[in-house]
Amino acid sequence: MQSVPTVYYVALSAILFTLGVLGVLLRRNALIIFMSIELMLNSANLVFVAFAREFGQQAGQVFVFFVMTVAAAEVAVGLALIVTIFRAKRSINVDDINQLKG
Amino acid sequence: MPDRLRQYRPLLLPVAGLLAAAALLAVPAVGWAAPAVQEGHGGGGAFFGLMPLLILFPVLGLLINIAWGRRLDEKWVGGIASGAAALSFVIAVLQWVSLRAVGYEAQTVYLADWLAIGELRAPWAFQVDTLSVTMMLVVTGVGTLIHVYAIGYMHEDVRANGDPARFPRFFVYMNLFLAAMLILVSGDNYLTMFVGWEGVGLCSYLLISFWLEKGAGGIGNARAGRKAFVVTRIGDWAMLLAIFLIFWTFGSLNYQEVFGAAASFRLDAQGQWVVTAITLLILMATTGKSAQLPLYVWLPDAMAGPTPVSALIHAATMVTAGIYIIARSNALYALAPFSAGAVAVVGAATAIFAGSIAIAQFDIKKVLAYSTISQLGFMVAAVGLGGYVAGMFHLVTHAFFKALLFLSAGSVIHAVEHGHHHAAAHHTAGGSGPAGDHVPAQAHGGAAGHVDAGKPGQEDHGEHDALDPQDMRNMGGLWNRLPVTKWVYLVGALALAGIVPFSGFWSKDEILHDALGQQNWLVFGLLTVAAFFTAFYMGRQLMMVFAGQPRTEAARHAVESRPLMTIPLIILAALALFGGLFNLPSIAGWTPPGAHALGDWLDHTLGAAPGGEHAGEAAEAAAGAHAGAAQAPELNLMVAGISTVVALGGLGAGAALYRGRPATAGERDPLRGVLGAGFTLIKDKWYGDELSDLLVIRPYNWLAHVSADLIDWRFWHDWFHNTVIGGIFNGFARFSADFLDLGVVDGLISQAPAVLARAVADGFRRFQTGYVRYYALIVFVGVVAVLGYLLFVR
Repeated sequence: MQSVPTVYYVALSAILFTLGVLGVLLRRNALIIFMSIELMLNSANLVFVAFAREFGQQAGQVFVFFVMTVAAAEVAVGLALIVTIFRAKRSINVDDINQLKG
Repeated sequence: MPDRLRQYRPLLLPVAGLLAAAALLAVPAVGWAAPAVQEGHGGGGAFFGLMPLLILFPVLGLLINIAWGRRLDEKWVGGIASGAAALSFVIAVLQWVSLRAVGYEAQTVYLADWLAIGELRAPWAFQVDTLSVTMMLVVTGVGTLIHVYAIGYMHEDVRANGDPARFPRFFVYMNLFLAAMLILVSGDNYLTMFVGWEGVGLCSYLLISFWLEKGAGGIGNARAGRKAFVVTRIGDWAMLLAIFLIFWTFGSLNYQEVFGAAASFRLDAQGQWVVTAITLLILMATTGKSAQLPLYVWLPDAMAGPTPVSALIHAATMVTAGIYIIARSNALYALAPFSAGAVAVVGAATAIFAGSIAIAQFDIKKVLAYSTISQLGFMVAAVGLGGYVAGMFHLVTHAFFKALLFLSAGSVIHAVEHGHHHAAAHHTAGGSGPAGDHVPAQAHGGAAGHVDAGKPGQEDHGEHDALDPQDMRNMGGLWNRLPVTKWVYLVGALALAGIVPFSGFWSKDEILHDALGQQNWLVFGLLTVAAFFTAFYMGRQLMMVFAGQPRTEAARHAVESRPLMTIPLIILAALALFGGLFNLPSIAGWTPPGAHALGDWLDHTLGAAPGGEHAGEAAEAAAGAHAGAAQAPELNLMVAGISTVVALGGLGAGAALYRGRPATAGERDPLRGVLGAGFTLIKDKWYGDELSDLLVIRPYNWLAHVSADLIDWRFWHDWFHNTVIGGIFNGFARFSADFLDLGVVDGLISQAPAVLARAVADGFRRFQTGYVRYYALIVFVGVVAVLGYLLFVR
C-alpha cells in the first residue's frame, strides 16, 4: 500500500502552524487566540506522529499524548481566565487587557 | 549565762583559724629553721621560722575586727587587737632568743617571692638582726601597752564624740598600723621597707583624721590628716628616688647586697656624687617621716588624732622610721661624709627649733608634739654623727617616756573632761531653780559651759564644748586629784628632761658625748641649748598642769582614769625610769653589770655591716665617732655634768617662773614678761606655718591656679582644644560632609547609578506595551532568530 509521504504531513503541519501563529499575532479575540494556540500545538502533534511513523519509533506517539494533556489543562485554565476577565471587563478583547504594562 | 556566751560564738571560728594558722606555720617553720641552726651554732635559733607570724597576728586581729567588730563587745574588740599586739611581742622576744642562740648573726627569713623583674628581685623576706629586732621589740612592746590603754581611752573618747560605733574602727587601724610598721622594720630590702613606709603613712592619715567630721570648721581634723599625708609624701617621693638610685647604682635593693656592694664601691667623682645624692634623699625622706626641718609642719597638727595615736604613731614608732632607715643605711652614710654632716646639722637645728617652740605652747599635747620633734632631732643628729647606738638608744628610751607622757596627757585630758562634765551636770541640777541661775554658769568663762535647755534629750556630752580640755591654762592643781597619773607624769617629765638616773639622761648624754667626741661644737652647742629648752618646757608643763590651784571648775572636779589606763602607764613609767639600764656607760672606771648591753647588741649589726666604719677613706671621719659610740665605755663626767646642770637649770627655771602661775585661766603667761615680743614669736611657732604658707602653699596654689586656669583651661582647653583642634576638626568634618559625602558620595556614587538606571529603564519600558500580540510577535521574532541561527549560521 502506497502511503502518503512524510513530507506532506510536514508541509501540512507547517501550514497549520503558520496559520496558528498568524492567528495569535493578528486576532484580538482571546478565544480565537486560544484556538490558534491549539492549532499550533496540533500541528506539532501532526509532525510528531508523522516522524514517529517515518522512523518507526513510539516516542513521538507518546509525546503527542503529553502535549494533548498539557493542552487540555492549558485550555481549562485559559478558559477560566477568559471567563473571569469577561466578567470583570465585559470584553475579551486582548487589547483592552493592558493594565500590567510598565 | 548561755545567752551571754552565745554572743561570743562568732569568735570560735577566727580563734580556731588563728590557732590552726599558727600551728601550720610553726611546724614547717621550726623544721625549716633547724638545719640553719645546726651550722655550728648549736640549737636555739629555732624561732626564726615564726617570723611571718609577727605580721600575721596584727593582720588577723584587724581582719577579725573588720568582720565581727561591730557585733562584739568593746572589751572583745580591744582584747583581740591588744592580744594580736601581745602575740607579736612574744614573737619578737622569740626572735631575740633565737638571735642570742646563733651568736647574733643576721638572719634572713624567706617567705615568698614578691617581685622578680629582670635584675630586680624583691622577695617577701624578713631581716632578723639586732637592729630590726630592737625596733620590733619597741614597736610591739610599747604598741601592746598603748593598745591596752586605748581600750579604756577610746571607751570614753567614742562616747565623748558621740559615735560609739566607731570603736572597732580605731582598733582595726591600730592593728593595721602595727602590721605596716613591722613590715617596715623587718623587711630585708628597701622595697619591702617602702611598703611598710607607705603603710604607716596611710595609717597615720587614717588615725589623725579619725574624727574626720570634727575639728575647726568641721574639717579641721580632715585637714590635719591631709596635711600629714601630703607633707610626708614629699619625703616619700625622695625615698622613692633614693630607692631608684640605689638600684641603679648597686643593682640590688637587698640590704646585705647593697651594703656589700657599697663596701667595694669605687668612690670616683661620679660615685661620690651618686652616694651623696642617695643619702641626701634618704635624709629628705627622714625629714618628712620623722618630722625634721623643714617638713616638720605636719606633726603638731597630727595631734588632732586620739591620744593613743599620738603616743604610738607620732611619738614612739612611726616617726622613728627615719632614724631606723638612716641607721640601717649606715654603710652608705659612711661613704658620704657630707650627707652625714647634713643629717647631724638638720637634726640639731630641728632639736633647738622645735624645743624653742614647745616652751610657749598652751595645748598639753602640742607641747609634747614639739618636744617629740625636738627629741627626734636629737636622734637624727646622733645618727648623723655616726653615733648609731646613741641614736637607737635614745629612740628606745624616747619611745618609753614619750609614749608615757602622751598617754598620761591623755589621762589628764580625760580627767579634765570628766571634771568638766561633772561640773556641768552639777550646774544643770542647780539650774533647775530660778532662771537667773544660768548667769553665773556663763560667768565661769565657759568652764561650766552653757546648758542649753532647748535641747532636751541630748546626751550629756558634746553640749558644753566651750572648754578646751587640752589647754593647760584650764588645768592646774591636779596634783592632789590624779594619784597615779601625777607620778607617772613626773617620771616621764624627768626622763625627758634628762635627770639622773632616768632613762632620758643616759641616752641624751650619749648623744652629747658623741657630739663632743667629734669636736662638732655646732651640734653640741645646739643640742645643749635644746636640752635646756626641753627641761624648761617640762618644768613649765608640770607646774601648769599639776601645781597651784585649779583654775577652772573642770580641773577642780577632775578624777583619775580607770586601772585599764593607769596600769599601762605604770609599766611604761617603770621602763622610762629603768630604760637607761639597757646601755649604761662605765662610770669612773667602774663598769656596772650589763653596761653598754644595747651597744654591744647593736654592734653585731651596725659594726658588722660590710663597708661600715672600716672601709674606705671617706669612712675614716665617721669611724672614730662610731668606735667611740659603740664602745662608749666611759661616762664623760664633763658632758654628764653639763647636761645635768642644764637639765636642772631648765627644770628649775621653768618651775620657778610658773610656780603658782598663771593663777587664773585668763592670766598672762609669765614667760611673756621675760621674753616680751619674742614670746609671741615662739608661741606662733616662729611663723613656720605662715612661712610655709607663703613660700610653698601660696606659690603652689598660684601655680595650680595658673596651670589649671591659664594653661590648662584657657590655653589648652579654650585655645588649643576648642580653637585649633576644634577648628581643624570642624573644617575637616565640613569638608567630609559637604564635599565628600554630599558631593562625591551622594552625587557621584549614589546619584549617578540612579540616573543611569532610570535612563536604561526608560528605554526598556518601551518594550512593555501591554499588548499581547506585541509580546507574541517578539517571541515569534526570537524563535525565528534562534532558528535562523541554528539553521544557517551554525
